[in-house]
Amino acid sequence: MISRLLKLNGGVHPPEHKLESTSRGIAAVPLAQTLVLPLRQHVGNLPKILVQPGEHVLKGQQLAEAVGSISAAVHAPTSGVIVSIEDQLIPHPSGLPDVSITLKADGEDRWMERKPVDWRNTERLQLVAGLRESGIVGMGGAAFPTQIKLRPGGGSGIKTLIINGAECEPYITCDDVLMRERADEIVKGIVIANYILAPERIIVGIEDNKPEAVQAMREACAKSDVRMDVIVVPTLYPSGDARRLAAILTGIEVPSDKRSSDAGLQVFNVATMMALYRYLELGETVVSRIVTVTGNVARPGNFEVPLGTPMGTLLEAAGGTLPNTNELIMGGPMMGFSLPSNDVPVIKATNCIIAGAPLLFPAPPPALACIRCARCAEACPVSLQPQELYWFAKSQNLEKAREYNLFDCIECGCCSYVCPSNIPLVQYYRFAKSEIIAQDKAKEAANLARERNEFRLSRIEREKQERAAKHAQRAAGAKAENAGDTSDADEAKKVAIAAAMERAKAQKEEAPPKNTDNISETAQAEIAAIDARRAEQKNAEQEN
Amino acid sequence: MSTPPYVLGNTPVGTIMFKVLLALVPGIVAYVWAFGSGILITLALASVTALVSEAIMLKLRRRPIKPSLSDNSALVTAWLLALALPPLAPWWLVVVGTLIAMVVAKQLYGGLGYNPFNPAMVGYAALLISFPVIMTQWPTPLEIAQIKLSFADQLAYIFNRVLPDAVQLDAISTATPLDYLKTELRLEHTMADIHQAPVFGVFGAKGGEIVITAYLLGGLYLMQQRIISWHIPVALLGGLAAIAGVFHLIDPQHYDSALFHLFNGAAMLGAFFIATDPVSGPTTPKGKLIFAASIGMLTWVIRTWGGYPDGVAFAVLLMNLCVPLIDAHTQPRVFGHDKS
Repeated sequence: MISRLLKLNGGVHPPEHKLESTSRGIAAVPLAQTLVLPLRQHVGNLPKILVQPGEHVLKGQQLAEAVGSISAAVHAPTSGVIVSIEDQLIPHPSGLPDVSITLKADGEDRWMERKPVDWRNTERLQLVAGLRESGIVGMGGAAFPTQIKLRPGGGSGIKTLIINGAECEPYITCDDVLMRERADEIVKGIVIANYILAPERIIVGIEDNKPEAVQAMREACAKSDVRMDVIVVPTLYPSGDARRLAAILTGIEVPSDKRSSDAGLQVFNVATMMALYRYLELGETVVSRIVTVTGNVARPGNFEVPLGTPMGTLLEAAGGTLPNTNELIMGGPMMGFSLPSNDVPVIKATNCIIAGAPLLFPAPPPALACIRCARCAEACPVSLQPQELYWFAKSQNLEKAREYNLFDCIECGCCSYVCPSNIPLVQYYRFAKSEIIAQDKAKEAANLARERNEFRLSRIEREKQERAAKHAQRAAGAKAENAGDTSDADEAKKVAIAAAMERAKAQKEEAPPKNTDNISETAQAEIAAIDARRAEQKNAEQEN
Repeated sequence: MSTPPYVLGNTPVGTIMFKVLLALVPGIVAYVWAFGSGILITLALASVTALVSEAIMLKLRRRPIKPSLSDNSALVTAWLLALALPPLAPWWLVVVGTLIAMVVAKQLYGGLGYNPFNPAMVGYAALLISFPVIMTQWPTPLEIAQIKLSFADQLAYIFNRVLPDAVQLDAISTATPLDYLKTELRLEHTMADIHQAPVFGVFGAKGGEIVITAYLLGGLYLMQQRIISWHIPVALLGGLAAIAGVFHLIDPQHYDSALFHLFNGAAMLGAFFIATDPVSGPTTPKGKLIFAASIGMLTWVIRTWGGYPDGVAFAVLLMNLCVPLIDAHTQPRVFGHDKS
């Protein structure tokens, strides 16, 4: 079947630099003596630690379990002893440390008992529930827990399952070599995803700069009973962004306030599919991943790296960094970030490490004034008006920035890439986004404080009335005792009734604390929902 | 530590402006051929004035001087203004016009990127209103001129207003076709008669039509280099041709043809070089079409019913005013959003 591909708006063609790292096959990395496993290697809740320092663990053993719906487990990448559980530097744009488990390898690399799952004969819901223990997250770099995206079939409403092998960012080739060398495993994973989601159609999207991968995937797909079409898309950054790729392949634009699944689409990275196969058919949890090491290194290539391996060990495997290396970039040159140190570990989201040098990535010339040339708008794959957003962000006109759909920006960097004035546009948008989020939170907090204050005032008022009522009751009681005549008794009754009514009223008013709690809970739920949505969005953005 | 993206694939502002200058060169060469080398003096005068005044303004505004001077934008403004002025305009006219463009229209508004109006056109319009006689005094095209001034003669005339002995001003100047048409139509002369005047060329003015064709070639080069998009030139020339064509069809005796309007005055220069100024123009594709088509039609209206022979400068400035409104109402549909 020949499908007409949708043409992506905008996009750019940065120099690819992929050949450097594809000349060699996937190589192994010597096992490091000490592995550092951050608990936060995924989007979502921090998992709960299951081990103690001093404990001996086996390869593949669960060290921390998923907590709540959006979370992922962490496993031991090799056998050894837990040395410590404390804050360590992690590969994150913030450069901040986070809680991590340090494992000292015993050198035996002994697996725990691996339990393959007879998935064909397992009820889908149960299968997906079991995936919580697999540690599988989006391996394209987004690291969104995969089990959330595998809501089981029929009722899942997924019509098209898209497997993302586009790999549109320059330098990165880990998916390319994976498809070349392990297409069969990927296809077996797709067959499982097909069983769970029961889509009407499966499309594997690959950019036309990877003919070997296309060939390998076509051959592997042909061998499968399940029908899946490998479709070649034109090389254009950022075609590998999940929503962009889905639009190119199916013509469906996922509404910006909805998830891909709401539009009947689900997008998985090729490596995620392989992880699914390995967990269910081999019983192997996520303990390693393929990482491209390239840039200013002696022997660029792709490596199968145990998670937690220090970047330094990985760079040595690639022959070490060449002179003039001045930074390490995790991810690609368009959306990656600089690592705080050579010691940070490889995590599930580490798809590529680029050793940077002034010659490879020259410092941008000083930014000049925007001349409104709108080259950024032509390059924007979301059809935003980056020059307007820049203006609004710079003048802190945040409401206007929101109105001009700032939050639809996927931070792909195309605008900065083409800007004749060298303006770091993406940085402005990140700033504006975080300002808006901070303001929204402050507003929420102010609302909460106002509600609390109103409640406090009503409580003070209620207590005053209660005191007055009690006082009146006591006075009435005393009067009744003193006089004892009927009219006084009636009076006392009346006062008592009034007091009771007061009490009832007060009780009624006592409801607010619960209300306030409820409101804050709702607010919290909303915040959680927003976080989840953003995580999903981020996932969609980075699943490339 | 740097921030993503780590790679740039841009055409720097300085290069964009340089290519605009380069695209003007064929027009300038044709200009020298058609009207004499005096235009080179005007260009030099405007360039020096623009650079010096911009440097002084930047100094006064305590802004870095080098990046702004090296972005070539001052030269673009200077050249466009110089090419719009009559070629033998007195030196002070060139200097005053350039100062108005650079100091008032550009730097006082905050420099490149912040000026709401096209600086060259502000300078031009200010001169046209203040010195209408000098501004409409065009030299006779060399093709039909009886007397040809030497470079030294032109230099002397520009700086001292002194003509060689026995040469009268009338002998070297003539009305442009746009000017001539306006006057003659008022005198109830027929279109056919009007077009018999020696200043009319094959489809524009003698000499002028060659210069305008050279501008067209330069403009096509800018489009090929993706310095400008097709929207503004096509819509401007299209708007002008459409309104001129319709009126010409209805009443050819009183309204000249679309071709005449395209190849006279500043229409071509405006379409490719002036209205395409990104700073003072709209940014959305639809906005560019509205903006430029309006300039084209306004130009014709001013030429036909207004008080000045040409209307490009006023049309551009009027439409510069509308840019914020146009941009706000022509936002393209964002990915994943409904058409709004």
